[in-house]
Order: sequence, then C-alpha cells, then structure tokens
Amino acid sequence: MYGYIARRILSTIPVVLIVGVIVFSLLFVAPGDPAAIIAGDQASPADVERIRRTLGLDQSFLVQFGHWFSRVMMGDLGTSIFNGKPVTELIGLRLGPTLSLMSVTLTFAVLIAVPLGVLAAARQGTWVDTGVMMMAVLGFSLPVFVVGYLVTYVFALQLQAFPVQGYRPLDEGFWPWLHGLILPALSLGGVYIALIARVTRAAMLEVLGQDYIRTARAKGLGLGRVLFLHALKNASVPVVTSIGLGLALLIGGAVVTESVFAIPGVGRLTVDAILQRDYPVIQGVVLVFSFVYVGVNLMLDLVYTLLDPRIAY
Amino acid sequence: MHRRWFLKNLATAGVAAGAGILAKPTLLRAASPKVLRFVPQADLANFDPIWGTQLVVRNASAMVWDTLYGFDEKFRIQKQMLESDDVSADGLVWTFKLRPGLKFHDGEPVRAKDVVASLDRWSQRDNMGVMVRALQKELVARDDRTFRWTLGKPFPKLRFVLGKMNTPVAFIMPERIAKTDPFKKISEYVGSGPFRFVANEWVPGSQAVFERFADYLPRDEAASWMAGGKRVLLDRVEWVTMPDPSTAAAALQNGEIDWWEDPLPDLVPLFRNAAGVTVDIADPMGNVGSFRMNHLQPPFNNVKVRRAVLTAISQSNYMQAVVGDDPKLWKPLPGFFTPDTPWYTEDGGEVLKNGGDLALAKKMLAESGYAGEPVVCLIAQNQSIVKAMGDVTIDLLKRLGMNVEFVATDWATVGSRRASKAPVAEGGWSMFHSWHKGADCIGPYTGARASGDHAWFGWPSDANVEKAFDDWFAATNLAGEQDALRRVNRYGLESVVYAPTGFFRTYAAWRNSVSGIAKGPLPFFWGVNKTA
Repeated sequence: MYGYIARRILSTIPVVLIVGVIVFSLLFVAPGDPAAIIAGDQASPADVERIRRTLGLDQSFLVQFGHWFSRVMMGDLGTSIFNGKPVTELIGLRLGPTLSLMSVTLTFAVLIAVPLGVLAAARQGTWVDTGVMMMAVLGFSLPVFVVGYLVTYVFALQLQAFPVQGYRPLDEGFWPWLHGLILPALSLGGVYIALIARVTRAAMLEVLGQDYIRTARAKGLGLGRVLFLHALKNASVPVVTSIGLGLALLIGGAVVTESVFAIPGVGRLTVDAILQRDYPVIQGVVLVFSFVYVGVNLMLDLVYTLLDPRIAY
Repeated sequence: MHRRWFLKNLATAGVAAGAGILAKPTLLRAASPKVLRFVPQADLANFDPIWGTQLVVRNASAMVWDTLYGFDEKFRIQKQMLESDDVSADGLVWTFKLRPGLKFHDGEPVRAKDVVASLDRWSQRDNMGVMVRALQKELVARDDRTFRWTLGKPFPKLRFVLGKMNTPVAFIMPERIAKTDPFKKISEYVGSGPFRFVANEWVPGSQAVFERFADYLPRDEAASWMAGGKRVLLDRVEWVTMPDPSTAAAALQNGEIDWWEDPLPDLVPLFRNAAGVTVDIADPMGNVGSFRMNHLQPPFNNVKVRRAVLTAISQSNYMQAVVGDDPKLWKPLPGFFTPDTPWYTEDGGEVLKNGGDLALAKKMLAESGYAGEPVVCLIAQNQSIVKAMGDVTIDLLKRLGMNVEFVATDWATVGSRRASKAPVAEGGWSMFHSWHKGADCIGPYTGARASGDHAWFGWPSDANVEKAFDDWFAATNLAGEQDALRRVNRYGLESVVYAPTGFFRTYAAWRNSVSGIAKGPLPFFWGVNKTA
C-alpha cells in the first residue's frame, strides 16, 4: 500500500509538469499584455514597451520558460506581476475561503443528494423517483449564477436571513463562518447534488436487484437498514467516484460563485489573473489545481480500499 | 493500512488543517460607526501611482500620498504641501518652501530631498513632467524645507503640472522609496497623506484598507477636491472589490457597504426606490467618450475617410447606449474639451453639432477614394462603456458601407494590440474605443495630442494642433489658454485626431448614513462622515 502511494505521488510530478508546460505555452501565445494594463490607458507606447522590458516579457519563449521552470523546480511559483506579492502567498490568502466554500458545498451536497438518490432508487417509477430526477435535471440545467441571484434575492434581500456577500473566517466563530457560506453553497451545490443523486440512484438500482438484498429483506430487515446499511455501502464506490470527479465541477463553479458572492477565493484570484494577464499567478493557480485534482484521484483510489475490502493495491 | 486507523487519523488531520487554513484571512469585519466600506470602480491590483497609472491606483494614492499643489472645485491650482512658491522675474528659477510640521506615516518629517526624489521619478513617467525635465537645469534641495527648480526656458504651467489630477500625479514619497526606478514598482507604501495604507490587510482582488493618519496636518482652509484642509472624520476606510454589479447593488441595499463609486446606470432606478440609499452625479466634470482611428494604416490614413466617419456620428446614439436616456447623464460634445469649464469650446465643432448625416457621410466616403479596405474594430467586451460605444460604431460603419471586421475581445488584448503599427493583415488594427476623464480634458491631454509617433495610439499628426498646444503651455492667462484650445478644437476636428462620441456622467450611490461626499473627479474621503 505505501509503495503504491509513493508511486502514485511520484507519478503526479510528470502530470503536473506537462500541465505546466501546456499552460505556459498557451499563455505565451495568448493575446494580451500585462504591461499595457499596468501602464494605464493614457500611457505612451514607449512607456508600455519599457515596462514590458523591466518585466522580462520581451524575452524569448525559451528564456522565459527556463526562468519559470527553474524557479518552480525550487518550489518558487514567482511573484505577481501587478502587486509583487509571492504567488504562494496570494494562493495561501485565498485558499481558506475556497476550501470553506467547497467543504460546505460538499457536505450539503452529500447530505442531500445521497438520501435523495437512495430514495429515488427505492421508489423507482413512482412520483418520488420522477420528482427527484426532475430536480436533478433542474440542478444540471440552472447556471450557478442564476441560482445565486435567486437565493440572494429571496434569503438575503427579502428575508434578510443571510449576508449578500463576503467571507468571515473560521476564527470569528463557527456560526458566522457558516452563515456567510450557506447561500454560496446552495448555489454551487445544485449541479453537484444533481450529479451525486443520479449516480447514487443508478448504483443503488443495480445493487437492489441482487440476491443478497432479497435475502436481507426476506430475513425481515427494515427498509432503512437494507437500503442504507447493506445496499448503499456496496453501491458507494461509483458514488464516491462521482463525488471526487465532481470536484472539477466544484472548482469551475467556485469561480462563478466567488464572483457572485464576492468571496475572496482562489476562483476569483484566477479570473482576475486571467483578465490582467498576470502570468505567474495563472501558472501557479493551475499548478496548484492540478496537484489538488491528482491528489483527489489518489485519495479516491485509497478510499475504495476502505469501502470495499476486496480492493487492494 | 487499517481502515479504522486511517479514518480516525484522517478526521483528526482534517480538523487540524481546517482550523489552521480556514482561520485566515480576516476579510469581513464588524462595522463600527467610523468604518466606511467602499466599493471602488476597479480592484486595487497594484499600488504605485507612478509605475501603474490606472485611475483606481490614482484614487487610492490620493488618500496616502500628498501633493505640492491641489486642484480645487473651481479649477484653481492651490498650494497644498507648500507654504510658499516664488518664481524669478525671468521665469527660470522656481523656489518652493514646504509647510512646517509635515510628516510621513513612519514618523519622519517630509524634507525637500524627498520632494526632489519624488519629482525626479514622476517626471520620467508623466508626459508633462518629461517636458519640464527637458527644460531642467537643476532640481535641488536647499535645506530641509526649501527646494529649487532651475529651468533653461520659462515654463508658466509648472504649478498646473505639479497639481494636475490626471495620471501620473506628482505625489510626494520618502526619498528611499522615490529612488525606485520609475519603471519598477515600489514595495513600501509610506506617504504623508491623510490616510495610512494598511499593507498587511491588503488582499489584491478583494480588499484594501486605509486608516486615518493621526499626525496629518491639514491646511486651515476648507477642503476642496485635492486642495485645502483634508480633515478625516473616519477611523478606517475599507475598499471592497466587487466584480459583480448585482452583488454590489444588493450589498448596498442591505447595508453591507456604504458607498459605491460607480454603479451601472441600469441599476440607478433600483436605488431610487430603495430605502436608505442616495444616488447622485459622481463627477460633474464627467467623461469624454471617444473612438480612435489608426492614422498610419488604410483606410484611416486618409483624412477624407476619417471626416466621412466623423460626419456620420450621432452622439446621441452613443450616449444613450452608454448611459441610457437619463438627460442628466449626457450631453453632446462638439469638441475635445470638458463642458462647463472655462476651457470648453465648440470652435470647429459644426460637423458634430450637425452629426448623424449619413447621406452626406456616404457621399464623402465615396469621394474619399475608399475602396473597401477592411476596418478592424477592436472592442473590449469586458468594459461596459467601451462595448456600448463599439456596438454603435459597428452598426454605423456598416450602414456607411464600410467593410468592418468586429473583433470582440477583452481589454487586455485591446491594450496590447493597439500598440501595433502594423497593417491590419499583420495583426494591426483600425479603430478602438476609449474615454477620457473630463478633469483631464481641460488642457493638453494625451488623447488630443497630434504629435505623430509621440502621440497616443492611432498616432495622429497635425502641426497646427501641436502649435496650438505649445501656445497653451506658453499662455500666462486664461484668455491665452482659451484661444489656444479653440484652435486645437478646430484643427483637431479637421484632421480628426480622434472622434468624440459625447460627454457623459455617471452616478455614485451611498447609504444615507454617510454624509459629506463631494462631487468630483475622484472619490474624496476627507470630510466624509458616517453615523451609526
């Protein structure tokens, strides 16, 4: 097992490097110029050119890539072109809000979606099943920002039950932290709930048709015990897979959600960096997201062994 | 590995890591009566007013750094950090004396050597500063409070240049900071202005914090824009970046923010019906909309084609696209200079007064020799003003019968591509849209210059325009300035230095608990108060 984990961690290095090379290349050929943004709208072309030179943006692709690559190899993601702060510090400042948003969304989504999926499977073909699937289609179809505006209007502006925007860190208290994240998590969670509910339903339907379930029912076990203790456990591998792979949805959705709710997370950092062509920040964020994604996949593989003892590495 | 061991340790590690990471940063604080939460027009992504000359940087810098002179609401240049100034009879030697008791935020006194270093850095980046620098024989500190600027030729506009509000502004920094290469950014934000920048709470993209500088020494006079006694009544001002206008609108209504600098015109009716919110014109000097044509490449290297396009312009179409049909927000502008100021002129502006004559424009275009050359129009989709004007232009050029290529892109790309002088087939451009702050358009501003290679993007060249601007610099009274700008307007519109699309203002919105907001070219935080 430990050897497997070590091999998997080592295998992430080339993946992340390839991602880094692709991102660097794309940014190099993409139009746009941070020097022009820094210089401002009234700056002369000569000023823009001189700023470009001081930033090293006039150098060739290979020179720029070489500098960047050697720094990354030493764990230095560089500094922001605009504010001069280290990229690691910028990401560190933004990680808390994003992790908070994702963890609350994940918790909400699992608590809502898994029971809904189980229920829909147990009541296959009934109005309950139809209702859950309709909600899932709705969750997939409604853009995150639309849900965000709707919940803001109802729960923040009309009912004044939640703040419109902002983030309060956990050290200000659990409730203030959670209070500010409920509406964003509701908005972001829609598509995630839909995904998990559908996968749970499909996995449960497959399991519920197996002999041991019929045996459990024949022994006189209650429906709840059969569904959640016997069936769900064996249906959980694809469910866990969907939760993990759906993380990409969360990352993408967090970009929008953080903008709508003015949450200073990594998603907004990414958007701002792209709009400003702050290349070191874009590259740093993409590398970090790549690590996260590869790490989540590794964790999923390990979780399989916890859910199903037959799986071993 | 045992499953139970793994799950137990995973949970413990998760709680520990979560508590550590989620505990920071502190980004939303309980508001006290003297904490003002402000939504700026854009994020404060960098903070060096000489290196980065965006308006948002200038606005934040005005809180932290002071200036030698200040521009007041009657368009007069007043002494600000200065106690006195004196110019020799031949106009060549300027002697300035600082007010006593001025201090930087680190407790050090403001000395003449700080001013000299600051002016040296600024004059390498500012267009007018470069002009002064070209005349400079000596700029030296004579003692702690006195410095002298010796020129090789009289420069009557020196006070104006040192007090103007357009970027880069001549802010005064400590010598050690001002010695930074003007093309590299500073890393320390110590000024002598009425607010102190709280650098450790700065989260680019989200928040910038300013606290009252207790040792600031305001002038005795009443505050007036950048001049007079800048008395601070707030303890703390938090700039909160909100990229989504709907969120900012909801936050203002909910009382989560106090002042929004630049709400979309579409949202203003919402605020008019909202309890506890006031909306009013933000800046009476407004903005001048524009599009610029590339004078170096076909078809706009042909002045007859430029004139045909100018003839076709209906400014009301542009302005309604930008600010809607609220008549308080716009007016036609047959020229380059800001209305309701002494420098406004309509000389030579008949083409715009009678604008929108498409039939005449088509005739002029046919006579110009235009042969269907492509017109590459760059339009930034992420700037609402530019996008609105761009949409009108595309329609106009098509109706005019031009071969238009609409390049929908973002501002960063426009900013990069407009620097290209290449033909359109090789990545060049024909036209882009922009706007100028009305506070800038009262003299020789960058957009109106016609100095060819040294001019702004589009590189217009017109000796008459440049001669008139030279005369403005040499003018020693208002009449002389007005005469010069009348000629700029006439010659500039004849050669279509750029196409003015109209004059427009925008609203600002704030909670009724906030008082003392001055209408002006930038948000002034001195004199602003907030009740619980």
